[in-house]
Amino acid sequence: MSDITKQSLTELIENIKNKKLSSTDVTKAFIDRSEKSEELNAYITNDFTSALDKAKKFDQKPNLDLKLPGIPMAVKDLFCTKNIKTTAGSKILNNFVPTYESTVTENIWNEGAILLGKLNCDEFAMGSSNETSFFGNVQSPIDKNLVPGGSSGGSASAVAGQLTPVTIGTDTGGSIRQPASFTGTVGLKPTYGSCSRYGIVAFASSLDQAGPMAQNVRDCALLQEVISSYDPKDSTSINFKRNHYSKELTNNIKGKKIGIPKEYRVDGMPKEIEDLWQKGIQYIKDCGAETIDISLPNTSYALPTYYIVAPAEASSNLARYDGVKYGFRAKGENLIDMYEKTRSEGFGAEVQRRIMIGTYVLSSGYYDAYYLKAQKVRKLIKNDFDEAYKKVDAILTPSTPSSAFKIGEKTNDPVSMYLNDIFTVPVNLAGLPGISIPAGHDSKGYPLGLQIIGKAFDEQNILNIAYAMEEKINFKNKITDWWIK
Amino acid sequence: MSIDLKTIKHISKLARISVDEQRAEKLAGDLNSIFDFIEKLNELKTDSVEPLTSIAETTLKLRSDEVKSKNIREQIIKNSPQDNEDYFVVPKVIE
Repeated sequence: MSDITKQSLTELIENIKNKKLSSTDVTKAFIDRSEKSEELNAYITNDFTSALDKAKKFDQKPNLDLKLPGIPMAVKDLFCTKNIKTTAGSKILNNFVPTYESTVTENIWNEGAILLGKLNCDEFAMGSSNETSFFGNVQSPIDKNLVPGGSSGGSASAVAGQLTPVTIGTDTGGSIRQPASFTGTVGLKPTYGSCSRYGIVAFASSLDQAGPMAQNVRDCALLQEVISSYDPKDSTSINFKRNHYSKELTNNIKGKKIGIPKEYRVDGMPKEIEDLWQKGIQYIKDCGAETIDISLPNTSYALPTYYIVAPAEASSNLARYDGVKYGFRAKGENLIDMYEKTRSEGFGAEVQRRIMIGTYVLSSGYYDAYYLKAQKVRKLIKNDFDEAYKKVDAILTPSTPSSAFKIGEKTNDPVSMYLNDIFTVPVNLAGLPGISIPAGHDSKGYPLGLQIIGKAFDEQNILNIAYAMEEKINFKNKITDWWIK
Repeated sequence: MSIDLKTIKHISKLARISVDEQRAEKLAGDLNSIFDFIEKLNELKTDSVEPLTSIAETTLKLRSDEVKSKNIREQIIKNSPQDNEDYFVVPKVIE
């Protein structure tokens, strides 16, 4: 079967269960395509040889009761994988081999999936275009020299380019939903506390969440079901009743109330995005749900709040990279000199910039003016959502204020790069779940996404809305295989 | 507000990241434009707002302090940037 890599996760599982395909067939197909796709630069590390071994072993004694039986999968290189190099896209972790496995990836392997390799990402997940990676930028399968978005850019590129059936990314301010939107794929950021953060290289601990990225909503629901678990090893993991998201998936959203927040109509937003949003509102109505105009008055303060909270937490989390116990070390005349040179040479420009911002806002004399202020505004942003959810079940917005841009287009202006996350950041600040689904194309033929934001722990509801809308939208991703010679 | 080179040098010291003059100037420019953008928060009155310190409204649980990873010393030391069988090596601290 030459079209194995075109199949959805759900189809692949069915074909493996019906013995129409073996795990070896599937694994081989994705390895072949990955090997032909070096130009995308989606992988940092591949584990193809041992993936094939594992697939053969699976086929000898297949356990078809598992949720991901013999399914190969590449994951973002922010997840620690035991005995396999984990870099977080940084020079400072270029030679780091974890002695433990992240809970989220362990959940995936426990359901029978097989690691293909580790996917490129912005350094320490700090970026919106995958251009800050020490291992080079990632190309989008949509078009040459187009960014796949970030920070889960390698993940988005790999799913859209069919190098992996599904994948996982992490989302601190939009790092799953924005690249999903840029590449015509589906990406879910779960409620804070749904997926364990244990073994994920930390960026901003009060915002980070792992989540699934897939070609369609059903695949996304299934992977969410696998990765979400209560984990005592993460002190912020929450013990709530988790649904069987894929089993309970329904396109019946009749009578649901969907909020349309007027503050998301931002200045300078292209007409294409506004039109897409209006189309989305129509789809919602076509599905028998109701739309209600709502207000989230503090929306415009979310991004400035985020650029205090996230760098502050990052500066603290990244203090551990000092060249002593693991990772890159530069030569220094004494201990302090060694620290300073290690961090100066080991971190890239964007990471240094954010550590500097974080250090500044936490430094003596500035803490109240910046960090405390940001925590208070964060409360106001959360209150906005709490208030809105008294009237509605979910909220519909565009995923991003524009379609994907060219590599190099925004690298010199950090603020314009940050503006990419304007619609996704409030969701992280409030700890809510959000999903981006592909909903159309712009005039250049690049994908555009819509975002559905849910109440905390209400993943099932936004998956259902996404599922119902997906059917109406009937999106077809335009992948031309331009990178395959 | 303006962040000058002296402040950049001070923050870089606190952050333990050495920066040369050229980089310091670039950083000052970047940080000033980012902080101009952040200043927007001052439009909001927040005197009576309680800060949000934790998004997960749960209290932290206690757990017993048990060793779960055993015999991984060798693997841990293997990641050390300077080879040594028994301990981590750093530049000399005491003369």
